[in-house]
Formats: sequence, structure tokens, C-alpha cells
Amino acid sequence: MAELESFDWETKEKLVADINEWRSKFPAIYEFVVSNDGEKISAPVRTEDDEFTACVNGETWENTFEKLWSLKFGYDDRLAGLSRKDDEWTVAVDDETWEESFEYAWNIQLSPDGKSIAVNIKGENGYGIALNGKTWENGFVEARDFAISPNGKFTAAGIQTKRLGEGDIFGFAEGIWTVAVNGKPWERNFLNVWSITFGSDSSTVAAEVRVGEYEYAIAVNGTPWNKVFKCVWEPIFYPQGNDVLAPVQVDEGWTMAKNGELIWDRKFVQTWHQKFSPDGQKIAAVVAPEFGKWTIAIDGSSWNRTFKDAVLPPVFSPDSKRVAAIIKENNRWTVAVDGAPWGEDFDMIWDPVFSPSSDRVAAKAEKEGKFCIVLDGKPGKQAFENLWNPVFSPDGAKLLIRSIEDGKYYRRVVPVEEVY
Amino acid sequence: MAEPAKEIVVDPGLDETIKKLTSEKIEKTINKVLTKGAAARLKVYMQTCVHCGLCSEACHFYLSHDKDPRFSPVGKVKQTLWEIVKRKGRVDGEFIKNCSRIAHTECNVCRRCSMYCPFGIDMAYLLLLVRRICALLGVVPQYLQDTVNSHAVTMNQMWVKQDEWIDTLQWQEEDAQDEVKNARIPLDKEGAEIMYSVIGPEPKFLAQLLGNISMIMTVAGMDWTMPSFDGWDNSNMPMYSGDFENMARVERKHFEAAFKLKVKKIVMGECGHAFRGAVYDGPKWLAWKEPPVPLIHAVQFYYELIRDGKIKIARKFEQPVTIQEPCNIVRGRGLGDMLRYIMRAACEDFRDVYPRYEHNYCCAAGGGVINCGPPWKKSRVEGNRVKAEQLKATGAEIVVTPCHNCHSGIEDIINYHKLGMHVKFFSEILVDVMEIPDELKAE
Repeated sequence: MAELESFDWETKEKLVADINEWRSKFPAIYEFVVSNDGEKISAPVRTEDDEFTACVNGETWENTFEKLWSLKFGYDDRLAGLSRKDDEWTVAVDDETWEESFEYAWNIQLSPDGKSIAVNIKGENGYGIALNGKTWENGFVEARDFAISPNGKFTAAGIQTKRLGEGDIFGFAEGIWTVAVNGKPWERNFLNVWSITFGSDSSTVAAEVRVGEYEYAIAVNGTPWNKVFKCVWEPIFYPQGNDVLAPVQVDEGWTMAKNGELIWDRKFVQTWHQKFSPDGQKIAAVVAPEFGKWTIAIDGSSWNRTFKDAVLPPVFSPDSKRVAAIIKENNRWTVAVDGAPWGEDFDMIWDPVFSPSSDRVAAKAEKEGKFCIVLDGKPGKQAFENLWNPVFSPDGAKLLIRSIEDGKYYRRVVPVEEVY
Repeated sequence: MAEPAKEIVVDPGLDETIKKLTSEKIEKTINKVLTKGAAARLKVYMQTCVHCGLCSEACHFYLSHDKDPRFSPVGKVKQTLWEIVKRKGRVDGEFIKNCSRIAHTECNVCRRCSMYCPFGIDMAYLLLLVRRICALLGVVPQYLQDTVNSHAVTMNQMWVKQDEWIDTLQWQEEDAQDEVKNARIPLDKEGAEIMYSVIGPEPKFLAQLLGNISMIMTVAGMDWTMPSFDGWDNSNMPMYSGDFENMARVERKHFEAAFKLKVKKIVMGECGHAFRGAVYDGPKWLAWKEPPVPLIHAVQFYYELIRDGKIKIARKFEQPVTIQEPCNIVRGRGLGDMLRYIMRAACEDFRDVYPRYEHNYCCAAGGGVINCGPPWKKSRVEGNRVKAEQLKATGAEIVVTPCHNCHSGIEDIINYHKLGMHVKFFSEILVDVMEIPDELKAE
């Protein structure tokens, strides 16, 4: 994660870049991204020569491309994107491209520490994954999506193990899909594999698998649970060890299973997006106790209040005692904390962020085309053209606000009491 | 009178799969569906139906087969579900094969018959229940099952690989820029107003439609995006095979893409069944009472663009033109007036059809029937002679079909019945007639 302590928490306001100037320089500017510490703003731009490059704080990279997109700042604030030159794709990182290029590259992902970068690729040997410029030795008929391990050293993807003739439903039914970790496939094939995830030790991999046409399980390192279910959703690992948790569907409804054993007594009409608390002691998930009624359940016990349209994945406070989630009702968005929705609603709202001491909650929200910071349910006084998620200072006293106003990108550090 | 079983159709999805069935498996599967999956609703329908046969006149298969009762909705239920219930699931593989033929290939689950039933019994639901039984037993027409397999692997119906999808969008964006300056297909633009979603055949066979929407969105000044990741396809063939688990997985992916992109609404391309899957069947399996992100069909979107002056018509399309009304957006959602509004706005010589609106006939391709593939094409086009007669009576040269299944199905009907007409999506007409402001005209 980005080192919050290393951020500049003293400078109250910094005009980082005048975007209006960019507009006079480039025929086209695409989607903006900002660094975690707010010190940089970037976007792919098209030059007068009809080439693409990245503009960072007003300065362009020396390299130009036929195409550049999907820019991302890692937690170490390196800027990476997908670039095409001479009809070959690769990854560009801080104005340098990987040596290896590919017929196609997509789905750029960064490891939690930002030090590793990986992409799906299609190359001479077929489909695979490239990690930090190095491609899996084995290529496959197809490789879809992938996960990158917490330590950034491994990647795993769903792969097709053999070609299938057009309309070959019987070949498909034999199972031709599995998971490959660093290019090495699991021994067992399945009808389908989805939602691949690594354990905290980076050596164990789990995925949803379809073991029969209507039989679903979770497989861990290639071995499915010894129980099958009517359906399953994305597995996650327990914070320590190799135990796996996943929502499963049984005759009575949806509930939570650990290594195939049901751990919640209660059944729901739907259960998904489970999360562990930071101390690893609690599990929160999005559930529907009744049809069309959504809420959060913690350890199988749901909030009293339900919401009609939708509830998005839960967010635990650092002390593991509180849970917040985006909720939607009557097509209006807001946040509920510990089951209580904020009084004000919005056209759109982003994931809530807890303060380090867990007592405050902030979020980016949109209303009538303008963006604002919402703190503990109350919108801040300032409206912005564009805004990124707020970041609390390590002591929780200040907020880092990254915003665009009047065509200018500012980085501001604001005491929380001055947000309103 | 046409004989349904005279012509033997070879379909390994039915012929081979029934060889693996045992009477025990059939009985157990059926009874599980009847007692756990469908109990209350099925009981109500079974006890309500008075066998009056008024649903018959609603069915294009029945009308096109000179009123052969075997093709009537009630006849189809009688040959399948009533027998299953009567025999308490003690039926054999050949019976299940016949059920699949009737339910998967001779019923479009278009729901026209429900309007003719004095009690409003949802006959389509009963035939979908038969499909569910067949699917759980693995008896599904080969081509339809292959499409379901594609959905399960790729979350799209045409085995479109992830790189192929993005690559297609990127070259279609470049193509659109030949016509409209700065035309874009913005990928993964978080916070955009609209997520535009399409169905698999667009990147696979009809990529120009993606270029068309890029031009339309740019001219209309829309803030929009498309996902570069799975969830871009809004279609859903598992809904029609009877594989509801994969139906739900596909729909969930679609809406989770919208959540991830933080869009305020989804606009979907010209497809009818996709609308049904995304608005009704999919959300309900997942426990959403309504789509969790508002979703509108392209017909409504074009209606709003033209009504609000965001798209202006420079000159009207001149050839005589009529419409095919997709069941799932007209009978299912009431978009018939909006469809006529955009047709009249964009076309000089719009010729309406009869019957029309919710009473219009199905194209006979929807409900997964066209996805059953070439083996069943002849029975499909012969099963909609009434549609051919209806279209011919308009004297139009072009049929606008704001649905992919309608588009392909009507094209087959035109060819088989030698109507000498052509089909178009509305977007193809719109890009032809819309005004491109001078500042957006490509040099």
C-alpha cells in the first residue's frame, strides 16, 4: 500500500497542473488518472502528429505510440499503460516500454505494492500472462482474466487446455478449462473456472469451478471441495492459512461455506461480496434476506434495515468494529454505516473511506453534475468539476482532496473540520 | 395439414444426450422441478386452465401450420407438461427429446398467447419449465447448448475472446472517426453517465454497428462508456435453454460492470431477448426486484435523442419501410409508440403492419429458437408463414428490426418466402439520415 506517512500533509494547496493549457496543446485528451499522493495527474493525449503519448503534470513522455490507453498509477506512483507501436502491443511504464511486445495485451493489473505489473497477452505461443515483461513459458488456446499474488511474484489465469471444434458440446462437457499458475495448469479440468484468487501466502490459489452441468464447488490448488452446490460465487481466503470462504446455494437459499462446510445458520435469497474484517475475526457480506430487499450481514446476522435497489460490497473500519456500504434506493445513492443510511442521497457515490481511528467516514459523491466530499453524511462546502476519492491523514485530522476546478488540478490538504 | 414429425431433424444435442438418460434420473429430475422449482405457480396454472383453446389463434406456428392443434400453445403444453405431470415424471428419453423439440424449437416463448387466454395464463412460463427439465437432463439442441457454453466461458454468446472484443472496439472507433471527428468508444470511463452494452454478434459479425453507435453518441454529445472487461454482453441464451444458473451469472456480470464503472444507466443495443434477460428474468433469479441500474432499450434511447433534439434528422430515408416489433420490448415493455415515433421521424414512407403493437406476431427466431441453429431453420421459417404474409402486405422494401434475433429471423423469412425485402437495424438508418454538425464532420 502507499505509505501515507510519506505524503505531504503540510502544504495546504498545490496547483499541480493547468488542464486548460493541455487543452490548447493537444487535439484530444482522454481519461485522467491521479497518483495516490495527489502529486501527479496524467492522461493519454493525442498530439498534433496524430500520435498518442502520456501527459504527466503538463509534460509529455518522449515516447509516442499509435495508441495508449488504460493508464494506471501504482501504489509506488509509477504510471503504467497499454501501448501500441508498429501494430504490436506492450506495457509502457514511466515512459519506458517492456522489451517484449505482443499481438495483443490487455487487462493491466498491479500488485498491491505496485512493484509488479501484469497483463493478459496474446503472442506467438498463444494466450498467457506477462508479468513484469516476462511471459509465461507455456501458451494456451485461451487465457482469460488473471489474478496477481499478494507478493507480486505469481499470476494465475483460467485457461483452455485444448481446442474445441465448432459446436462441440460433447468435448466441452468433458471439461477443457482449468487454472494455470505461472503457466502451469492444474491437473484437473472443469467445465468452467471463474474468480481466481490467491491466498495471503501467495502460494495457494482458489477458484469457482463447475464440476458438472449443474454442480458447482470451489477448487483449491486444483482440488475441488468434497461437496458440490447448486451454485457458488467468488471465493476468498481467510487472512491467515489456506481456508477458503465462499457463498454457496443450497436448497433453502444462499449462505456462507468454509472449505465446503456451511458456517452460517441463516439462509438468504442472495449472498455475495464477503469480506473479512482487518482483524480477521468477522465476515461481512451483501445479502438479500427477502426478495428485493438488500442489506449487509455480519457473521450471518443482517442489519435490521434493508434497501430496495442494491447494496454494494461492505467496507470494514480499521478497528474491525464498523461496516459501511454503498446503498441504492429509489434510484438514489448514499452510504449506510452500521445499518443507518446517511440522510442525504446523491446521483452517484463512491466507496466509503474510514478514518484511521474508525470514527469518521468520507466518500466522493456526485450531485447535479458536480462532485463533493461527503463526511459522515454531510456534503462538503466545495463543489468540483472532477474529484478523486478522499484520503485521511495518518492521524485522521486531515483529508487529502484531489480535484479539478475551473480546468485546474489541485492537491489540497484540508483539516476535516473545514470540509463543511 | 403440416405434419410436425415427418421430417427427421438430426440434432446430437437431443439424439445423443437422451442415450445417457435413465428412467430414475428423469423421474427424479422432473419431480424436483415440479415440487421445488415450480410448485405454486404451476399448480395455479394447471388448475386454472379450462382447455378452451383460445390461445391457439395467437400462435404463429399454429396459424402457419393451417391451424394444426399440435402447434397451438395449449397443444404444446398438452404434449409435454401435462403428460409429465400426469405420469408423475415416469417418461422416457424419447419423450424428453420430443419435449425439447416442442419447447426449444417450436415455441418462441413470445407470450402472445397469454393475451388470448381468458385467465392470462403465462403459457410461455410453462414451456420454459419444460425447457428447464430438458436442460437439467442435458437435452438441449446442440447449437443452443453451444451458445450457452460460450456464455458460461466468455460471458458472451459468440465465443468472443477478450482481446477480440477490445480490438474490435478500437478499430471501430477509428472507422467512426472517418465520418465524425473525434468519435470515440470510451473504454472503462468511470463515472460516465451511460454504459452501452451490446450482444455478442455485434463484435463477431456486425462490427459496423459499434462504429454506428460511436457516431451517434458523439453527435448527440453523450457521456458514455463501454467495459473492456466481461459484462459487456447483455444477451442471455442460458435463459432460454433452461440453465438458469448461468443465466444469472451472465446477468450479474452485466450489472456488476455497471456498478464498477459507476454509471447512472445502461443503454442496450437493438436486441429484444437481451432486454428481457436484463430487466426481468435475470434480476429476479438474483433477488433484484428491478434492474439495480436503470436500463433502457435502444429504441427508447433513440426516441429520447430525437425528441430532445440531440439528434436532428438532415434528410429522411426514402425507401418504403416497415417494422418488425420485437416481442420483448413491445409486448413486454410497450415501446411500440416510441418505435413508430422514431420511424416516422427518420423515414419518409413508413408503412405500418397489421396486427401491430402487442398483438404483432413474433419473428419466430426469438426465445432461443434461431439459436437452435441450421437443423431447425426450415421448421422455423415454415412456422412463420403468417409473418411473411404480414410483411408482404405492407409493400415495404425495408424491414427495420430493432432486435438481433428478429433481424436474422426476418431475413430468413424474407429469403425463404421470396419477399424481395431487406432488413436493417434502426441505427443503420439513423447514421444515414442524422445531421452531423459541421464542426464534427471529418475532413
